[in-house]
Amino acid sequence: MRRWLALLLALCCAALAVPAAAQSPADAAYGRLASDSYGDIEAGIAALATTGDPRAGAVLRALADGRLLYRADDRALAIRDGAALADARTGAALASADGFKPVRVNNRVRRAIDAATGTLNLVAPDPATRRAAAEAVFKARDAAALPALDAAIARETDAGLRRTLQEARAAALLARPGTPEIDRLGAVDALRERGDGDAMALLRGLAADPAQSVRDAAARAIAGIETRLAIVANVQNAWYGISLGSVLLLAAIGLAITFGVMGIINMAHGEMVMLGAYTTFLVQEGFRRSAPDLFDWSLPIAIPLAFLAAGAVGVLIERLVIRHLYGRPLETLLATWGISLILQQAVRSVFGPTNREVGAPSYMSGAFDLFGLSITWGRLWIVVFAMAVFVGLNLILKATSFGLKTRAVTQNRRMAAAMGIRTPWVDAMTFGLGSGIAGIAGVALSQIDNVSPNLGQGYIIDSFLVVVFGGVGNLWGTLVAALSLGVANKFLEPYAGAVLGKILLLVFIILFIQKRPRGLFALKGRAVES
Amino acid sequence: MTMSWKTWLARAAVAGGMALAAGAATAQETIKVGILHSLSGTMAISETTLKDAMLMLIEEQNRKGGLLGKKLEAVVVDPASNWPLFAEKARELIAKDKVTAVFGCWTSVSRKSVLPVFKELNSVLFYPVQYEGEESERNVFYTGAAPNQQAIPAVDYLMKEEKVERWVLEGTDYVYPRTTNKILEAYLKSKGVKAEDISINYTPFGQSDWQSRVSSIKSFGSAGKKTAVVSTVNGDANVPFYKELANQGVKATDIPVVAFSVGEEELAGIDTKPLVGHLAAWNYFMSIDTPANKDFIAKWHAFTKNPKRVTNDPMEAHYIGFNMWVKAVEKAGTTDPDKVIDALPGTKQANLTGGTSEMLPNHHITKPVFIGEIKDNGQFDVVWKTEGLIPGEAWSKQLDGSKDLEADWVKLKCGNYNTKTGKCGGA
Amino acid sequence: MTGSRLVDGKGAVFLAVLAAAAVLVPVLNLTMPEGSPLHVPTYLVSLLGKYLAYALLAVSLDLVWGYCGILSLGHGAFFALGGYAMGMYLMRQIGPRGVYGNPVLPDFMVFLNYKELPWYWHGFDIFPFAAVMVLVLPGLLSFVFGWLAFRSRVTGVYLSIITQAMTFALMLAFFRNDMGLGGNNGLTDFKDVLGFSVQAQGTRVALFVLTALALALGYLVARAMTVSAFGKVLVAIRDAESRTRFLGYRTEHFKVVAFTVSAAMAGVAGALYVPQVGIINPSEFAPANSIEAVIWVAVGGRGTLVGAALGAVLVNYAKTMLTGVLPDAWLFALGALFVLVTLFLPRGIVGTLIERLGSRRAKARLPGPAPDALAPELAEEGRGS
Repeated sequence: MRRWLALLLALCCAALAVPAAAQSPADAAYGRLASDSYGDIEAGIAALATTGDPRAGAVLRALADGRLLYRADDRALAIRDGAALADARTGAALASADGFKPVRVNNRVRRAIDAATGTLNLVAPDPATRRAAAEAVFKARDAAALPALDAAIARETDAGLRRTLQEARAAALLARPGTPEIDRLGAVDALRERGDGDAMALLRGLAADPAQSVRDAAARAIAGIETRLAIVANVQNAWYGISLGSVLLLAAIGLAITFGVMGIINMAHGEMVMLGAYTTFLVQEGFRRSAPDLFDWSLPIAIPLAFLAAGAVGVLIERLVIRHLYGRPLETLLATWGISLILQQAVRSVFGPTNREVGAPSYMSGAFDLFGLSITWGRLWIVVFAMAVFVGLNLILKATSFGLKTRAVTQNRRMAAAMGIRTPWVDAMTFGLGSGIAGIAGVALSQIDNVSPNLGQGYIIDSFLVVVFGGVGNLWGTLVAALSLGVANKFLEPYAGAVLGKILLLVFIILFIQKRPRGLFALKGRAVES
Repeated sequence: MTMSWKTWLARAAVAGGMALAAGAATAQETIKVGILHSLSGTMAISETTLKDAMLMLIEEQNRKGGLLGKKLEAVVVDPASNWPLFAEKARELIAKDKVTAVFGCWTSVSRKSVLPVFKELNSVLFYPVQYEGEESERNVFYTGAAPNQQAIPAVDYLMKEEKVERWVLEGTDYVYPRTTNKILEAYLKSKGVKAEDISINYTPFGQSDWQSRVSSIKSFGSAGKKTAVVSTVNGDANVPFYKELANQGVKATDIPVVAFSVGEEELAGIDTKPLVGHLAAWNYFMSIDTPANKDFIAKWHAFTKNPKRVTNDPMEAHYIGFNMWVKAVEKAGTTDPDKVIDALPGTKQANLTGGTSEMLPNHHITKPVFIGEIKDNGQFDVVWKTEGLIPGEAWSKQLDGSKDLEADWVKLKCGNYNTKTGKCGGA
Repeated sequence: MTGSRLVDGKGAVFLAVLAAAAVLVPVLNLTMPEGSPLHVPTYLVSLLGKYLAYALLAVSLDLVWGYCGILSLGHGAFFALGGYAMGMYLMRQIGPRGVYGNPVLPDFMVFLNYKELPWYWHGFDIFPFAAVMVLVLPGLLSFVFGWLAFRSRVTGVYLSIITQAMTFALMLAFFRNDMGLGGNNGLTDFKDVLGFSVQAQGTRVALFVLTALALALGYLVARAMTVSAFGKVLVAIRDAESRTRFLGYRTEHFKVVAFTVSAAMAGVAGALYVPQVGIINPSEFAPANSIEAVIWVAVGGRGTLVGAALGAVLVNYAKTMLTGVLPDAWLFALGALFVLVTLFLPRGIVGTLIERLGSRRAKARLPGPAPDALAPELAEEGRGS
């Protein structure tokens, strides 16, 4: 019935418009798009969405992608597709691009496109598109979308999607002036079930509702959502903490080998991390040049390469410098500090002082929702990766013959040598292993931080603190220390602020070391007593 | 072993001797220009570009025949992002190398550190970076933006175009964000924004974990009013900040972020596809289509032999400052600092975006203000610009302490003249 | 026992050079005409003054590291605290000459809307108070820190890392604008000290001479401590702490005293440094600065005091020269210097010189660490416990 009315109305309008300007509503809408005023373009988009013109979807998509061109003198519109050019109104191919400029897009226009394509896509065949469309309509809070929403709800078969559509409808109903009280109450219910920040934002808007019942329902719904969000916030904090902890763990675990196991105060550790990050950059550059389609493989390939690159540099450093300094642990600090200066400047000379772009593969972009918890894929992978590195390293040290030799050499060099172990070889390999692990960490850190010559400097102090707090020479200590510092930091941050939180943690570590001068998990035995 | 350290000492002595000899040999034939930008340490990331830009400008001027019939000679030193070293190097440039003018500094603290040196030895400093204002010194020419040339127009744009009612002022904890946010807070309140709709937060330098901050921005933004973030987050911390914004899905259409310290150079390190639509306010964008800018970019690519190098706002500031200095020296007919300082106010120079900037008596310049939206190729699309050029204000009209102060080095010969008491403050 | 004399051979050379510098530099600066090859330009005077302040810091560090085995990676914190105390005095001396003309509040407080002076700023307008604070602030911090750490027997790298944590925490704290100490910009734009303009040539020369005197005094104090019986115990602690404890010495008391004296000395160095460079800001707390100070000591020769001072001057001279001559590559040269010194001059410049020049007897009375004492951990392990 309603649809018939709309059709009738459209026909009337068309009948009135044709004799007057010889222009259809679609034509008029297209005309407004061919402008450099954002206001006109915005109005054109809204008009186009309601005309039902079959080409509207394609035109709006082109506009969103910056592929819609216009010519100012005759208001012609064209869609660029690669090198080809087609008339936006008819789809006919155009020969020349003379005088065409891209239609400009700003946030206002982008919002209008989202709302318009949302309405258009509510009945798209692909469920993911429909979901995105429903969310866009929810955010747009546009009463004009109600008929389209009603039609979509009637057709929708997926229960979850229908709920999203109902929420979008609730938002639209509340935005429309004159919605009956009973519908407003229904809308409040739908929003309460949605239960997130966006829903609360809408409910807050009802504080001035004329009906007492609606105001009360909204207040109750808000209270309910707040309680829920508070719980979620705590879980979220814990997750942030774990994720920060994994970053600390990654940064520190290589140091747990070179400093913790070998006793070298390795100030060049951060630079090994940096080398890993730059290896990632090089690998990605290679992929961008030769095989952009396989970009998602860049990280899996960068991991072994970063290990080898940083490991090789580590072995080189050990052979050239550090092997002369065994038994003089404090002097390794000076030499490795010098090495770190050289490495930083080398990278600066080769790659320039500015940040280098390291992109995120598709599986590390974006976030997903888990019971109201927003978890970003990138962080999740880093947590998984950190744990995998930890387990792998433990296996190497505990379950391989190389690991056995490493432990033998670091515990008692002379005895190990007497047993026939090639201690120089073991030293070089162990330092290489620690450096290589740092390189791997660089691959992960390149995803969340600057890839610049200063990358390593930002992590070196934290790394030493983690290793010392956990107990030198103990990998499990490093794990526990990293995670607990991460979580503590994230729970302090909302109350104390980022800076004060960090200061408090530093003071805590200083005091903690007084209580347990050898860290959380102190090694026992004669070797450590001095 | 004896040999190695002896040889080393000998070499160091030779290097030092050569440096002294080189300094003495070329002192007479050229006009020396000092370049005081960090080439190592944390600020190298931003400042190295400016050193290259200055070398290019000097080379170009020499190709045009130099200045006053002499060739220009650039003296480059590395203050290594170390603030006391800035003062030491400034002193070295002026007293030992006898440079006639210095182009340099990026952070406010480096400028504050060299200020006494320039006053004492009476030389000229061109400072090319947007800063917090609240300063006007006889020996310094500020070619970057004052707060009224960047922050206030940006907020106006957000209020008008994006209908923003709720504000997060997010900054790194140092003087530029503190002052800018103070000015913005006063300005927003004067426009009727309520205190509970403004959230001010500071993070430390080099903040790399933004998870909690971004999530609290999201929740602050879900209070039913259109929210925007005004970011004065400093250099290094921006990449992780934007990466986190992208990952947590804070889209420009929901909560736009307008930044004052993020330009083409900073974006070169990030994939900008998820950031499309976030904003920046500057006085120059590389994407601005004017013949002068095209020419400048082409020269820059040729000079750096890298067709991908970007240009940015502080580079344009150096371009304007350097050309103003050249004109002033030509007008004065000498490089004598006192004469050049007197000749500079009133000097006009076409900027790269189509207008003509003028050095004002308060040693700041007139500049256009552009609001750009981030595009997917790391560039900005200008969505708004001011009508004409905005004169830089040394003293903010929004702050209690400074609204009565006026800087005028032409008539009043004073950088902080108090209009109420009619006295020139300071020493 | 000539080795226990307050001023031995190298000390005499050192003090003589220092005295010569303290006399010659001012004379050549003030009397020689500008063009003369003998003229010492004023910028060089301040630069040398800065080197000497660093040298004093290095001597203070050598006292604890070279003679007591406490590798402090946080001595920059004491230096900076002394500097801040001096900076606060200099700030208060500006008075109404700031840009806003406020007679009491420093400029940065005016534009951050402070209504009144924070309590901890009171008293710093009086020089004697500030001078006492230069000693007390770093001294108190080091006393509390040392008392806690040494009593709990935190040693070796653990101690190094927590001193680093201390200076890092202080850096973060001082970066906060809410601390009321100028945040990142720190304290700057000083006008005068004790009524003399800090920019005047005469003041600069006077500050240089004062710094030279302070360095000489610092050296003598450190020397007196190390040649006394007290110093013997320190060296014993360095080489075998457990054994010394078993002999009945309360090693932690000795360590706390040495640490506190050393920190106060570093504070004096900082206080002299600030008026000469014209700024104090939180990056002085940066852990990298403290590590660099350790490197000066190592380059010059650990456990020789004179070497520490020499190392500080040499490394900083190299830095000044290289950042000017090789602005794009000076870090290579500096980095290589550190690596080569550790590899080829394990005793540092002075330590090696003494070893080469001295007779067997001189070698025997070398107060520096014995070869195996460079690695107390290993040495002790070798002896068995």
